[in-house]
Amino acid sequence: MKDVLENIESQFEMFQVLDENGEVVNKDWMPDLSDDDLKELMRRMVYTRVLDQRSIALNRQGRLGFYAPTAGQEASQLGSHYALEQDDYLLPAYRDVPQLIWHGLPLYQAFLFSRGHYHGNQFPEGVNGLSPQIIIGAQYTQAAGVALGLKKRGKKSVAVTYTGDGGTSQGDFYEGVNFAGAYGAPAIFFVQNNQFAISVPVELQTNAKTLAQKGVAAGVESYQVDGMDVLAVYAATKMARERAVNGDGPTLIETLTYRYGPHTMAGDDPTRYRTEDMTNEWEKRDPLVRLRKFLEGKDLWSEDDENKMIEDAKEDIKKAIKQADEYPKQKVTDLIENMHEELPNNLQEQMEEYKEKESK
Amino acid sequence: MAQKTMIQAITDAMHHELKNDENVLVFGEDVGQNGGVFRATEGLQDEFGEDRVFDTPLAESGIGGLSLGLALQGFRPVPEIQFIGFIYEAMDALNGQIARMRYRSGGSKSAPITVRTPFGGGVHTPELHADSLEGLIAQQPGFRVVVPSTPYDAKGLLISSIRNNDPVFFMEHMKLYRSFRDEVPDEAYTVELDKADVKREGSDVTLIAYGAMVHTALKAAEELEKDNVEAEVIDLRTISPVDTDTIVESVQKTNRVVMIQEAQRQAGVASHVISEIQERAILHLEAPIMRVTAPDTVYPFSQAEEVWLPDHKDVIDKVNKVMNF
Repeated sequence: MKDVLENIESQFEMFQVLDENGEVVNKDWMPDLSDDDLKELMRRMVYTRVLDQRSIALNRQGRLGFYAPTAGQEASQLGSHYALEQDDYLLPAYRDVPQLIWHGLPLYQAFLFSRGHYHGNQFPEGVNGLSPQIIIGAQYTQAAGVALGLKKRGKKSVAVTYTGDGGTSQGDFYEGVNFAGAYGAPAIFFVQNNQFAISVPVELQTNAKTLAQKGVAAGVESYQVDGMDVLAVYAATKMARERAVNGDGPTLIETLTYRYGPHTMAGDDPTRYRTEDMTNEWEKRDPLVRLRKFLEGKDLWSEDDENKMIEDAKEDIKKAIKQADEYPKQKVTDLIENMHEELPNNLQEQMEEYKEKESK
Repeated sequence: MAQKTMIQAITDAMHHELKNDENVLVFGEDVGQNGGVFRATEGLQDEFGEDRVFDTPLAESGIGGLSLGLALQGFRPVPEIQFIGFIYEAMDALNGQIARMRYRSGGSKSAPITVRTPFGGGVHTPELHADSLEGLIAQQPGFRVVVPSTPYDAKGLLISSIRNNDPVFFMEHMKLYRSFRDEVPDEAYTVELDKADVKREGSDVTLIAYGAMVHTALKAAEELEKDNVEAEVIDLRTISPVDTDTIVESVQKTNRVVMIQEAQRQAGVASHVISEIQERAILHLEAPIMRVTAPDTVYPFSQAEEVWLPDHKDVIDKVNKVMNF
């Protein structure tokens, strides 16, 4: 049995394209990206890092509500998203707001989601996806359903979902991957292994040495990828997408990453459960530093480019917060209205009650 | 027009809807080639193909998530949960996800899903097959809960449920599947959701029931007639929301009510129905509203069903109390 385990684990060596110094260590896996694509990836990562910093600040000022920090996970979140098409359907977890934004969700709506306003979840036409899922694992079984739906419709697109390392312990995690496998459905399941589920380290979730190998239980193609390496994440996602749209079924991708900030802004203090050394170690692997070095080596990125991106992001954020501020407040009648297409009698009655109340 | 059992009427309803709307999908554990453990889906896969009627892995939560995902791609899923006791496995998918889809998307997405599940006692099933868990779903905003008591209603209500653009939890009482036949039209027809039905008219007392207890109430009403007590029997049919108009109208006429459910006293929807009546019609009541329910224990070991399940004698006892209050 020990041999079997070692043999399985040896199949899941971490897949990497760029090392910490921005050097290409795996030319064969270098994705086919133009200079413009590479710059765009860098821009998105910088923008998203600024968005994280500003979101934390706005949360502290009470101008945002629920917020799960993303710094450190830019390569994992944006590298995977960059390999998708507009028709692909996103089923994000609560930390995966950046992917939705880059998929087309207006920033002010992302802020309304954070504050707790239904308009934040009214996605514009053509933005295919669901608002961030709070129940860890639920997005996985739903993704299997969306993927089967795409397959039945004969569409050349995929369902893409994300969870964290802790989420791999849920029953729905396993059921989702297993259903997609059994139906050969075009789904890509991401496990963003950021080492901690709130305060619990990944070693306490499972004795499995990788999370990618959990795909074996479902008979599903699985990979472990350096989640701080945007090119590796992009390449793995692209490959999984190709397989899926060609009818070869789902893929499970574990991205090894790290969140520099707390679990959420709701009082979590990461110094209680992890060391400064550990964070320093992961900061050396920062996805922005790595791609920046790579691009600078190719003369594709400058300090000016970076500063411009930072300023643009700050400007966008300022406008979006203003737009969120100006959005009309929610009324109980709105909430009632959104419950059913045809209101049942109890809600019709309550609608009248609240209309009366709101008219005073 | 033909004489059909409730299970045949249910199969009929799915047959019509599979034929009428290519978005309708029927799936669950053993619903495909096997035709379902109760034969509710018999012949459907042969006629409509594996793309429309299919088996799933054995995982209720997965079936729930699959349903919601398919709904998001424009399908109209009719999943089956093999026995009601297994809905605990799927509670998040049902109450935490499916019921909330329209609301959480600000009205921009919907979940036109009809979850079918058998329940109900009297047929000596093993553990966690027969429990009356309707109260759990009835407490979840976003779900309609439908419980037919006759073959005619079952077909019409199931067609209405499948056509509804919001989630419906459709409960099929196992004892009623094949216990009697009813005239059921061959063509597709609908029975309106959210509407109760007066199954027997009477002027002295209102018996409110749903599921198998409708027949228990009717049997009690027949006995009571011999003692010159005319009982009106209301079959709720949809138990969430409750049709308060039909109930209040009856209470205004009879001034007395006995509420009957198979579920335990602390479960089901009886307490909710009684609250609605006291709030809307207290001045019409000549006596307190009494309840006939099961005792507040776990569902009985199968040999104890007879002493545990409420029967028509329990109803008659309560009616006598209400009449002589």
